[in-house]
Amino acid sequence: MSSFVIQFLNGLAGASTLFLVAAGLSLIFGVTRIVNFAHGSLYMVGIYIAYSLIAKLGGGALGFWTGIALAALAVGLLGALIEMLLLRRIYHAPELFQLLATFGLTLVIKDAALWIWGAEDLLGPRAPGLGSSIDVLGKPLPEYDLLLIFIGPLVLGLLWLLLNRTRWGTLVRAATQDRDMVGALGVNQKWLFTGVFALGSLLAGLGGALQIPREPAQLFLDLTSISDAFVVVVIGGMGSIPGAFLAALLIAEIKALCYGIGQVTLFGTVISLSKLTLVVEFLVMAVVLIVRPWGLLGRPQSVAHVSSAHVEPPLRPVGPRLQRGAWALLAVLIALPFISTPYTVILGIDILVFALFAASLHFMMGPAGMVSFGHAAYMGLGAYGAGLLLKSAGAPMEVSLLAAPLLAGAGALVFGWFCVRLSGVYLAMLTLAFAQIAWSVMFQWDEFTGGSNGLVGIWPAAWLSGKTAFYYLALLLCGAGIWMLRHMLFSPWGYALRAGRDSPLRCDAIGIDLARLQWSAFVVVGMFGGLAGAVYAYSKGSISPDVMSIARSVDGLVMVLLGGVQTLSGPVVGAVVFTWLQDTIARNTDYWRALLGMTIIVLVLAFPQGIVGFIRSRFTRREDA
Amino acid sequence: MSTPRAGHSATHDAGRLSALTVQDLKKSFGGVQAVQGVSFSVEPGTLLALIGPNGAGKTTCFNMLNGQLTPDSGSVKINGVEVVGKKPREVWRMGVGRTFQITATFPSMTVRENVQMALLSHHRRLANFWKRAGDLYRDEADKLLARVGMLEQAERPCSILAYGDLKRVELAVALANDPRLLLMDEPTAGMAPQERIALMALTAEIVRERGIAVLFTEHDMDVVFAHADRLIVLNRGRLIAAGTPAEVRSNAEVQQVYLGSRH
Repeated sequence: MSSFVIQFLNGLAGASTLFLVAAGLSLIFGVTRIVNFAHGSLYMVGIYIAYSLIAKLGGGALGFWTGIALAALAVGLLGALIEMLLLRRIYHAPELFQLLATFGLTLVIKDAALWIWGAEDLLGPRAPGLGSSIDVLGKPLPEYDLLLIFIGPLVLGLLWLLLNRTRWGTLVRAATQDRDMVGALGVNQKWLFTGVFALGSLLAGLGGALQIPREPAQLFLDLTSISDAFVVVVIGGMGSIPGAFLAALLIAEIKALCYGIGQVTLFGTVISLSKLTLVVEFLVMAVVLIVRPWGLLGRPQSVAHVSSAHVEPPLRPVGPRLQRGAWALLAVLIALPFISTPYTVILGIDILVFALFAASLHFMMGPAGMVSFGHAAYMGLGAYGAGLLLKSAGAPMEVSLLAAPLLAGAGALVFGWFCVRLSGVYLAMLTLAFAQIAWSVMFQWDEFTGGSNGLVGIWPAAWLSGKTAFYYLALLLCGAGIWMLRHMLFSPWGYALRAGRDSPLRCDAIGIDLARLQWSAFVVVGMFGGLAGAVYAYSKGSISPDVMSIARSVDGLVMVLLGGVQTLSGPVVGAVVFTWLQDTIARNTDYWRALLGMTIIVLVLAFPQGIVGFIRSRFTRREDA
Repeated sequence: MSTPRAGHSATHDAGRLSALTVQDLKKSFGGVQAVQGVSFSVEPGTLLALIGPNGAGKTTCFNMLNGQLTPDSGSVKINGVEVVGKKPREVWRMGVGRTFQITATFPSMTVRENVQMALLSHHRRLANFWKRAGDLYRDEADKLLARVGMLEQAERPCSILAYGDLKRVELAVALANDPRLLLMDEPTAGMAPQERIALMALTAEIVRERGIAVLFTEHDMDVVFAHADRLIVLNRGRLIAAGTPAEVRSNAEVQQVYLGSRH
């Protein structure tokens, strides 16, 4: 019993930190409508800065608390700078481009932290005067945790006062409801946005700095904290601060409960609930999104002001010039093993795999209008499907290669059934949740999937064991996949999907069952993603859960957005550029992430329509434009 | 579930065939009774205008007819078949076309493709993954576009059309499933006065030649009195008058609550 109480109190302490980070994210989203992917990086930087400041200021109580306060302020300032230098230029860009830019920022910040603080974990000092524990029912509870438990509600109260009792807060709340109207009333939006972004960043920095006695500063904290914060914000309702508090409490307590219970025996099998903590927040999010799609305390989103500037032009069949270009490209690809190095052939296989991966994600995001943050799930299901069919079921390589996409499609059938009930950011978050659930199954099911080590020895049949032979197989399968996706876009089914994206209202009024249509799109797209995964598995010879990680899903998003969502060749170009850039930069510098991040930011600022979109608008004059 | 055809003969037995029969329709939101027991019917080949001041319950009433809203009680029969409880897409399959107050078209498609979408859905060809959509029902789409005067613009994207032209495209889309009933919510809203008369004249011509029944809501009284065969007047959720334009015009209650401000 006493261990439950301790776990409960631990949960409360964890909830405070989670709330600080999520509240900032929610506040920023509410006003600026920017989904700030770099928010986790600000949290991480908060810990690092606090570590350095406390070391400089000396270990006394004054030095410790001044260090934490200054670290939070410094992160707030960093946020203001980011807003003024980067975000201000892209408020009118499509939502996804803002996300891409902030993702680029996370890469830059991570490498900056690597450069300044190094790769070692840095453990800060304990809080002076709060270093001991108190006794709760015979178990020790760190005094510092007790303090954290009070800080969460305190910050919630202060935020409430700020938002409800000051003129600035009134403006923030007004902007959350209708920022165009606030602008029309003569409020200077620029400084309001900067202020909100700075405040949100400060909260993230504070959340990080306060962690100093509990957790070492580490470079991976940006990604783990951003996914936690996203989950909390979505469960609580985007833009709702009390919602974020409630959700943080819920998640932290459920996790604490899982640790507290440990193992349970259900129907004769031992289930470890503490293993569940990796995924429990995503399970909760999935349930909340299905039952209450706008979050616990959120409100159903009003229909966004649709800007006609982003409407894509009608589909046109390929003209003779482009067709000749495509044949020429194919000829080059076929000749590649004869005109280049073995290394290029291996890189070529990677590029082909990711081109198909990106093309399938693009089909989902562009024509079908459903943004997926968890597309790596299908690639992973395909890769594991192929590997397990070969290793566990003893199927021949050829069979497993063709059956794996069906497994991925089956996964998409299940995920899609839930996902098509939602739209926009909420749909994207649910896809993320499912991908994360699939990932943790692969990660923890040691006996079957090899756990974190993955599966090894997934080699193709003898006749394909040469890299050149396998390159041709990849070219055939991935090329055919990309061609089929493109071909289907022109079919009645492909048109109907675009119709559903353009106007659900009109679809309903001409007898189209949109949910079922989108569900079928999930399955088809999942199968092609699975095919990419199966080819990938055989090209590497081994797979690990990384193949379906969040980072891989984000890679896919970056490829699609780099190339341009509104073009058909975009995802392929994006995949080529991204894979090649990553390979080239990674071979030449330790700071490849920063370079990649900068490249992404520059590309977003210079080509808001993506690379192919930019080329098209340069070289073709649009009718009536 | 009975088909529209079966329902068709059922109403024949009753002696008279109405395209749309609404009986004692009721809907309230919280404590507000938006529609309180409204009954009316529309005959094939005629235009019935539903008018009333703002907040009279016109849109609520309208949205219950094609399944966008579920009424608290009452009955809506289309060609004799009950539609309460059906989804909009099911109601459409029973032969009901719909246009919206703010046009709903597919901006990333051409004018012709917009009509082709409706035709593909009507002929249940949407599950086709392989044929080129642009080659299917092209002539049929062009015929409809010619009828509404939009054939010259068939290749243009809907995103760059003038608003009046979009309304014509919507009309062609609504005609694609060969409807027995057209529901038009403010068909001329947002158009210049001359265009309004022209569009309604075109609509009236088409529905009379095809025997389609039309129910439309409208704010512009010139349009209403020029083209409606009959009018019903809604005020605070109740039907206060019904009849020919002349009858409604001379109705004292209507003049007081609605036309009063104009005369």
